[in-house]
Amino acid sequence: MKVDRRSFLGLGLGAAAGVAVSPVAWKLMDDSSIWTQNWPWTPVPRDGEVTFDNTVCSLCPGNCGLSVRKIDGRPVKIEGRDDYPVNTGGVCLHGVAGLQYLYDPSRIKSPLKRIGDTFEQISWDEALELVATKLAEIRDAGKADSIACVTNHGMGTVPGLFQRLLTALGSNNFLSMDTMDKAWEKTLEKMHGVHGTLGFDLENAEFILSFGTGFIEGWGSPVSNFKANSSRKERGAALIQVEPRLSNTAAAADTWLAANPNTEADLALAMANVIISNNLYNTGYYVSGFGPGFDELAAMLKENYSPEAVAKTTGIDAAVIVDIAKRFAKSNAPVAIAGKGKGSTPGSAREFAAVHLLNCLAGNINTKGGAWILSPQDYEQWPAVEMDEVASQAIEKPAMDPAGSVAGFFAKAGAEKTVQALLISDANPCYALNDAKAITKAVQDIPFVVSFSSFMDETTRQADVVLPSHTFLERTEDLPSAAGMARRVTGLATPVIAPVFNTKNPGDAILAIAKAMEGTVGESFPWESYEECLEAVTGDLWSDLSDQGYAAVQETAPATRPSVDFSFVAQNPAPVEAEGTEADFSLILVPLDNVRIATGSVASSPFAVKTVPDTVLAGKDSLVEMNPETARANKLSQGDLAVLETPKGKATVKVNLFEGIMPGVIGMPRGLGHAMEENRYVSGKGVNINELMGPVMDAASGLDAAWGIRAKISRA
Amino acid sequence: MSNSIINILIDGVFMSELDEKTENGSVGAVEEGASGEQKAGGDSGTGYGVLFFIGAFVVCFLSGWLLFPNLLYSKKEQPFNFNHALHVEEMGGCDSCHSFREDGSFDGIPKTASCLECHEELLGETEDEAIFVSEYVEKEKEVPWLIYSQQPDCVFFSHAAHVVKAGMDCRSCHGDIGESTTTKTYEENRITGYSRDIWGKNIWGMKKNSWDRMKMDDCAECHQEETGSKGACFQCHK
Repeated sequence: MKVDRRSFLGLGLGAAAGVAVSPVAWKLMDDSSIWTQNWPWTPVPRDGEVTFDNTVCSLCPGNCGLSVRKIDGRPVKIEGRDDYPVNTGGVCLHGVAGLQYLYDPSRIKSPLKRIGDTFEQISWDEALELVATKLAEIRDAGKADSIACVTNHGMGTVPGLFQRLLTALGSNNFLSMDTMDKAWEKTLEKMHGVHGTLGFDLENAEFILSFGTGFIEGWGSPVSNFKANSSRKERGAALIQVEPRLSNTAAAADTWLAANPNTEADLALAMANVIISNNLYNTGYYVSGFGPGFDELAAMLKENYSPEAVAKTTGIDAAVIVDIAKRFAKSNAPVAIAGKGKGSTPGSAREFAAVHLLNCLAGNINTKGGAWILSPQDYEQWPAVEMDEVASQAIEKPAMDPAGSVAGFFAKAGAEKTVQALLISDANPCYALNDAKAITKAVQDIPFVVSFSSFMDETTRQADVVLPSHTFLERTEDLPSAAGMARRVTGLATPVIAPVFNTKNPGDAILAIAKAMEGTVGESFPWESYEECLEAVTGDLWSDLSDQGYAAVQETAPATRPSVDFSFVAQNPAPVEAEGTEADFSLILVPLDNVRIATGSVASSPFAVKTVPDTVLAGKDSLVEMNPETARANKLSQGDLAVLETPKGKATVKVNLFEGIMPGVIGMPRGLGHAMEENRYVSGKGVNINELMGPVMDAASGLDAAWGIRAKISRA
Repeated sequence: MSNSIINILIDGVFMSELDEKTENGSVGAVEEGASGEQKAGGDSGTGYGVLFFIGAFVVCFLSGWLLFPNLLYSKKEQPFNFNHALHVEEMGGCDSCHSFREDGSFDGIPKTASCLECHEELLGETEDEAIFVSEYVEKEKEVPWLIYSQQPDCVFFSHAAHVVKAGMDCRSCHGDIGESTTTKTYEENRITGYSRDIWGKNIWGMKKNSWDRMKMDDCAECHQEETGSKGACFQCHK
C-alpha cells in the first residue's frame, strides 16, 4: 500500500468533514464563549437568602443607624436605616464602605506582644494576664495615678468601663480625644455655669450662621446635617457661611462671607455689637436670663467691635456685617454654629463664646430651631466603684491635665515622663493630634502602652501589648449621640457578623483584665460579660435599646433657659494666634476637611480614598490649594512640586491653584499621609498635616486651639 | 461514483493548477502509453485518499457524537442519593420543600435546618439516610448538592414571576424530577463549569420537551410564544 500525499489530504479532509457534521465545533463555540465570561477574577455575587440586620455606625460621632444587607448571613451591603431618627435612611460614603474595614489588610488578627521592634502573636489569656500583672505592679509601686487611658470618644459604657477601671486602679487620667464637643462644654461652663453639651436644632432652624463649619462636609452628625441642608430650601431657611475659602458649604450657602482667617470671633462680636446697639436682642430672655456682665459686654463691644473697625480686620463690608446681624436677630429661629471643618478639633474659647453669644442674644437657647443646652448623658447607672486604700489615696491626686485635654496630657507626658502605663482604645493620637511626631515620641517614652485597636495604626505600632478589638460591625456597644446633635438618641450597635479575626469587644477585654487583678479592682466589675454589663448599666434604656436598636432620650428642647454670664466675653480675651512669625513664614496654612477623607482616629476605607479627586490627592502627593496670586508671588504654577515649610516641619506637596481660596492662605487636606504599612490603600498617600502643625494651647480653655500655622512654600 | 466525486473534490480543492501543469507538462505528447500508466498509478493514489478520507470522517464523526460528550463532561456523584418521589408522596407538592421566602425570592434547595423538621433522627434504614444524619444533621452542615438546573451567575431569573405571576408549572422547566427515585449522576462541563442539563442531554442541542434544555434561546422561545416578545437583554442580563 502506497501512502502518498493524496492519502494525507484524504485524511485531513475526512477529519474536517467528520468534525463538521458532528456537534463538536458548535458546542465548543458556545462553551468557549461562556468560558470567557467566567474568568476566576470576575467577582460573582453569591446567591442565598437575603436578610437585613440593624446596627449603628461609630466611624464618626454622627452615629447613624445602618441596615446591613446579608446573603446567607454574610454582610454584603450597608444602607442607611430608614426608621432611625438620626439619618432616616441616609448614609455617607464612609458608612457605605464600612464592610471594607472588616477585611482591612491592617487589621490585627490576634493579641500581640512587642519583642524589640516587632510583634509576636500571643494568646488572649497570656495578653490579658500580662496587662493585669503590669498594672498591678505599677499600682503596688504606689504609682496608680501614673496610669492613663485615652479613648476615641468618651460616652457610652465601653469608655465607661475604661474610666471605671482607672478609678478602681486609682487614676484620674481618663481622657477622650479632643473635639469641638470639648470646646462647647467649656463654653457652657463659662457662659452658663453649667456642665453639659450644646446641641443645635438645625433641621428646624430658619437662619443658620456658620462660622467656618463644614456644615455639609462632615461637621457634627454628617448625614443628619445633609438632610437639614436638603430641606433648607423648602423651609425657606438661610445658610450664611463665614470662611476664608469657597468650600462646598460656602458654595451651597445663600451668602458666603470670606472673612480673613482667625477673624471669625471678631465678626461674631461685631454682629453682637450691632444686635445690642440696635436693641435687637431677645427682650424676654434679657429680663429672665441675662446675668452678669451684659453692660460691660455692651461697652466693650461698642469700643472694640464696631462694624467699621471689624470690617478692616475681617475684610467684610461694614454694611454686610450690619445686614447679616439684623437678619439673624430678626429671624424666628436663628442659630449660630462654630467648630471648623468637621469639628474634629477644638477651637478657641474666644471664638466659641463669641459665636454662642449670638445665640444668647437672639434668645434661641432651648427653643425650636435654636441651640439646646443638654445636661450630661446620665442614663448609665453604674454601681459604686470598690476602692481600696491604694485607690482612695491615689485618686486624690489631680489629673495630669486639669482641663481634660488630650493634647495637654501628651505635652505633659512627653515633658515630665511620669506616665507609667497608657491604655488606648480606638484612638489614634500619634496620627490625629497636632505635632504628631512629638506625640509619637511621648507615647514611645511611656514604659507600658496597651492598644485596644482593630487596626495596626500609627499609635498601635508604638504599643507594647495589643489587644485587638472587634470593628464596629462586629461589636455590641451603646452609642450616645454627640457632635452638636440637638435631639438625643442613644443607639445600640449589634454585631452583624461573627468576628472575622481573633478579636474581642474592648469592654470584655477590660472585664477580663479587672478580674485578673485581685481585690477591689476585680470586685468593681461584677459582670460576667460586656453584654451583661451593658444590660445592667443602661437600666431603663435597655428595653428600647434592645427592642428597636436605639432609645430616643430627648426629642424636644429642654424646658429650662439657663441664665447667661457675659463676663468671659466682656473681658475681651485675646485671639489665639497661629504659631510662627510673619517675618519667617509669610503665608498661613490651614487644614481642609474633605467629606471624602476620614480625619480622626479611623483611617479612610479603600473605597473612600478612590473617591478623592486628583485636585486633593494625586498618586502619592497631597495637593495644597492656593490662590493664583499666592502662586505667582511664590513662583509656582499648577501641578508644581513644592516644599511646604512650617515651624513644625516640611513636606513635599503639589500645587493646585484655586481662585476660591484667599490670597496668602494655603489649604491642605487633612486625613491623608497615614503610615499603616499593611494597608497600601491608605498608607503613604499624601502628607499628614498634623506633622506640619503644632498645638497652640488656649489659656482660656486649656484646649488645643490651633486653627492653622504660619508657613512658606517654594518650588521643590 | 461517490469515490469519483471525492476524487474530484480532492483534486479540485487540494491540487493547484501549477501541480497539474507540472504533472502533465512532464509528459510528452508522443508517450501516450507511459502517460496512461501514470494515470493508472494516479487512480490508485486517489483510491487510498478516499479510504483515508472515509476512515478519518468516520472516526471524527463518531468521536464527535460519542466520545466528545464523554470527554467534555466530568461525572460527579451527589453526596448521597435523594428520593424525590418518596418526598412528594410524604410531603405533597414541590412547594412543600421548595418555597418562596418572605421577600418573594425563591429559596431553592432547602437548608439542613428545614430537613430537620422531620429528619432530626434517622427516618428509615437506607444508607443515604444514615449519611445525611451522621454527616450533615449531626454536624450541622449544609449538604453540598450539585444543582442540575443552576443557571449562569449574573443572569437574573425570578421564580416568583414565572410560578406565582404567570402560574407556570414547575414541570415546564424542571420536567419530571419529582418522580425520580434516585439522583442521577451530575455532569459538569469541563470548560464552562455548568451543569449538562443547561445545554441539554442531547449534544446536538435538540429537544423534545420544554424542560430538555435551559439555554437563553429556550427562554426566548417561550417568551415569544407567551408574551409576543423575546424580551429585552437587560431583563435578565443585569
